Amino acid sequence: MPFHSVLFDRDSDAADSGHEPDFFSDLHLDQIVASLTSGREDYRLAPFFHHALHSVESVRYRHHVLGDLERADVLSAVQAFAAGMARMREHLALVDKLHYDLQKQRWFLEAGGEYCRVVSAFSDALDALELESPGLRSLREFLTTYRASETFTALVTETQQGKDELAAIRYTVHIRGSRVRVSEYEDAPDVGEEVQAAFAKFRQDAARDYRVRFPNYADMNHVEAQILGLVARLFPQPFAHLADYCVRHRGYLDSTIARFDREVQFYLAYLEYIAPLKAAGLAFSYPRVSARSKDITATATFDLSLAAKLVDEHTPVVCNDLHLAGPERILVVSGPNNGGKTTFARTFGQLHYLASLGLPVPGTDTRLFLPDRVFTHFEREENIETLRGKFEDELYRIHAILQEATPASVLIMNESFGSTTLRDAVIVGTEVMKHIISLDALCVFVTFVDELASLSESTVSMMSTVVPDDPAVRTFKVVRKPADGLAYAAALAEKYGLTTEMLRQRISR
Amino acid sequence: MKAHLMHRDQDFDTARELPDNEPALTQDLELNTLLSAMAAGDPLLFEVAQRALLLSLPEPEAITYRQGILADCLSHPAVVRDLYQLAGEALAAQKSIWGSILQQEQPRSLLRTSVQKMAILITFLRRLRDTAVEHGPSFHSPGLSRFFAMVMEELDDEYFALIEGYVTELNFKSGLLLSARLAGGNKSAGYTLRRAREQGFIARMLDRSGYTFTVADRDEAGARALGELEDRGVNLVANALAQSVHHVSSFFVMLRKEIGFYVACLNLAERLSDKQEPTAFPTVVSHDRAQLTARALYDVCLTLTIDGPVVANDIDADHKSLIMITGGNQGGKSTLLRSIGLAQLMAQCGMFVAADSLAVSACDGVFTHYKREEDETMESGKLDEELARMSAIAEHITPRCLLLCNESFAATNEREGSQIARQVVDAMLGENVRVTFVTHMFDLANGYYEQGKSDALFLRAERGAEGSRPFRLSEGEPLPTSYGEDSYRKIFGKAVSPTTVAATDT
Repeated sequence: MPFHSVLFDRDSDAADSGHEPDFFSDLHLDQIVASLTSGREDYRLAPFFHHALHSVESVRYRHHVLGDLERADVLSAVQAFAAGMARMREHLALVDKLHYDLQKQRWFLEAGGEYCRVVSAFSDALDALELESPGLRSLREFLTTYRASETFTALVTETQQGKDELAAIRYTVHIRGSRVRVSEYEDAPDVGEEVQAAFAKFRQDAARDYRVRFPNYADMNHVEAQILGLVARLFPQPFAHLADYCVRHRGYLDSTIARFDREVQFYLAYLEYIAPLKAAGLAFSYPRVSARSKDITATATFDLSLAAKLVDEHTPVVCNDLHLAGPERILVVSGPNNGGKTTFARTFGQLHYLASLGLPVPGTDTRLFLPDRVFTHFEREENIETLRGKFEDELYRIHAILQEATPASVLIMNESFGSTTLRDAVIVGTEVMKHIISLDALCVFVTFVDELASLSESTVSMMSTVVPDDPAVRTFKVVRKPADGLAYAAALAEKYGLTTEMLRQRISR
Repeated sequence: MKAHLMHRDQDFDTARELPDNEPALTQDLELNTLLSAMAAGDPLLFEVAQRALLLSLPEPEAITYRQGILADCLSHPAVVRDLYQLAGEALAAQKSIWGSILQQEQPRSLLRTSVQKMAILITFLRRLRDTAVEHGPSFHSPGLSRFFAMVMEELDDEYFALIEGYVTELNFKSGLLLSARLAGGNKSAGYTLRRAREQGFIARMLDRSGYTFTVADRDEAGARALGELEDRGVNLVANALAQSVHHVSSFFVMLRKEIGFYVACLNLAERLSDKQEPTAFPTVVSHDRAQLTARALYDVCLTLTIDGPVVANDIDADHKSLIMITGGNQGGKSTLLRSIGLAQLMAQCGMFVAADSLAVSACDGVFTHYKREEDETMESGKLDEELARMSAIAEHITPRCLLLCNESFAATNEREGSQIARQVVDAMLGENVRVTFVTHMFDLANGYYEQGKSDALFLRAERGAEGSRPFRLSEGEPLPTSYGEDSYRKIFGKAVSPTTVAATDT
């Protein structure tokens, strides 16, 4: 199979035009993508993160490539390649930007040199590596063929000649008043060295470095250009070769190599993003994905964007387990506020979306469903004047979701109906829940309405929890547990000695 | 070229951090009084003396090296003060040349000011050489004879001719000759200043090598560009010369500090001799023999602050690891304790000491734990504070150090206080730390006395005739009653009531 893409097992042009999905900001995927693409703007990676895969085969193609890239030797080879290509682009940018031809030509030569070096080095590196993935193996074959091609070998030879000739040039510039003489270099003593030697005996300590670091602008002023012009007159041959080189190798860059350079950054960006989290002891795994089975599981999983922030602040990350088997489809999450309910819901959504990008996901022992779409319903910040307006707005959005969702969708419903009466919330919530149950879609439903947790065999109740001895401390653990809206209040009362029993004892003494 | 007047083979370390116990030592031993007398108003001398005192020399041999130099200085004070003066003047003159006001001086300007500074420094090097030639032979200590010999050898006429030559060359009478190569984007790089051939006017006119161009008179941008090119060209040589200026200045800086220590000692010697107080070079032995024998040891800080004479004590504490000082208030206990601490520090920086004679073993550091008077209001916090300070000392103290305790752990009742103190003292002695402890806690002092320890010495503030105190201490066992009743009677004009005494004693 000829190599064409490291991201797609079959060609997918649509991948480059995707817009950001609606649920991105609710799941904080926008933050994750912003963070992992920052510093990589040139590669335009966001479209790749907006484009979910829908075939198990395509997901596995990426898993295999990542499996290779997770090995330090493979990763460093790819990183070295990417760094070289970035330097090459910097050189080419100067060719466009600069004014004097002798400068443009030299940067073009440097770009060619960098390209030759990096392609050869990368091909050598891949040859020495044990590669498992079809993606990188066929890239390796492609490079082997390309390197042996007439075009590339000629480029290598001529680039090196050009560089050697220019590097050998030595000259002197004699400035006397406004008159400048450029001549071939003849050996003469270095005055700076002599001065240093003469006073070395007084040396007490490392003196400050007084050397001025001159701004190294890429362009030249006309005096420098005049000097360069005279240098070119002194050494005509190397400069003639240089001009010729630029004409003959104008289109040296191979399009397949250029495409790989961009696409592989999708993986590098993600691996780099999760590296500190792994170093902090958090686990990632390649999920077993299925487009049919809705038995899902994830152990010690977590919200990726929150974990990135906490690890950065050296704060511990709380992990949770989730599990749905048999008829179970819906996790109904209730419990104390700020107890990690929203984070848990987000985690569920992120897991499924990241899985559909073919990436390793937070947690161990992960088995996930490959959804056709992900829908989220989070409370909006929008300023809607009346409670009724807000409630209705929510219902509109929920309705729209239920219209579009299929049994293969994943739904994240976060704290709906907070803006209405309990009675309304129970009634409407139950109705919505019944819809979802009959849809048979996977769902997380965060609610304060206990009743929703036990509507059918497809619902599973989970609760955010607190530390038993100190209910003011949230654990951010969300566990399978029957919904009990009074548990938190009871624990707080105990802490202050105000449970019925304790209070009676205190009064009776 | 190193002055090496503080150590035989290294510079005086002026960057090393002062020890952690510096604030406590300064306060408890009243070091600022001593240092001010040594500085005589010169902040540099204060700093130098402070470092020398607090960063003690542990090796007797290193101490002898300084004692030799100091003895030489005491014989030729004028020459030594002149040297200190000369180094100071060199630095001031060099500083009076102002470079650019820009944050970073451009190379041409830096080179110009460095040439001027170097020309000035060379005149001071000549003066230094002349001093060495004139006075060198009359100094005999290993340190100073080496120093003057080195100056004469390193700064000979040939050397002056060489460095003055560079100063002239760097005025660039025949233009700037730079070598270069092509770097990224074909820009010239690696500019290095080369010695231009001397060329007369005619030869220059006939020189047809290479190609030339001229920057037009009205081309201001061109003139600026040429200037920048010159800056790049002299960048390395300007750095070389500026660093050389720095090195020569640093030599004078170090010379000034090192000789400054001896000037500070001269200042103190003159103050003490004005008061006709005796001084002596101590005999410092290695710390593996516990030794402390003093004749007429007095508190140098006290004598610097009062007009009359101060009481001096003899101490015979050879082979003693513990000196327990007891006795009544105002009995001179604190003064003696301070004299011991000061003598140890002065002896170990190579100075003379305030005594007729002193033989002492070196220690690795002096630590003080004094009762603090400042926060008497918060009684409960005081013991905590004392324990915290002792714990801080424990962080830093090592075997072979000296610990001076003054009424430590008096913030609590005597039983508790002496129990804590005993644990501390036992630990210290067990770890080979010498302890001198001033206390009015009979339980503590008597406990050690009854152990009959041969390595413990008990000193007592004497009661003079009619209860007046002569500030002289002598050997004696701890006594159960303090002199507080005496003091009370003296000040209040009446005795303490017997019932109070009876209640206290039971």
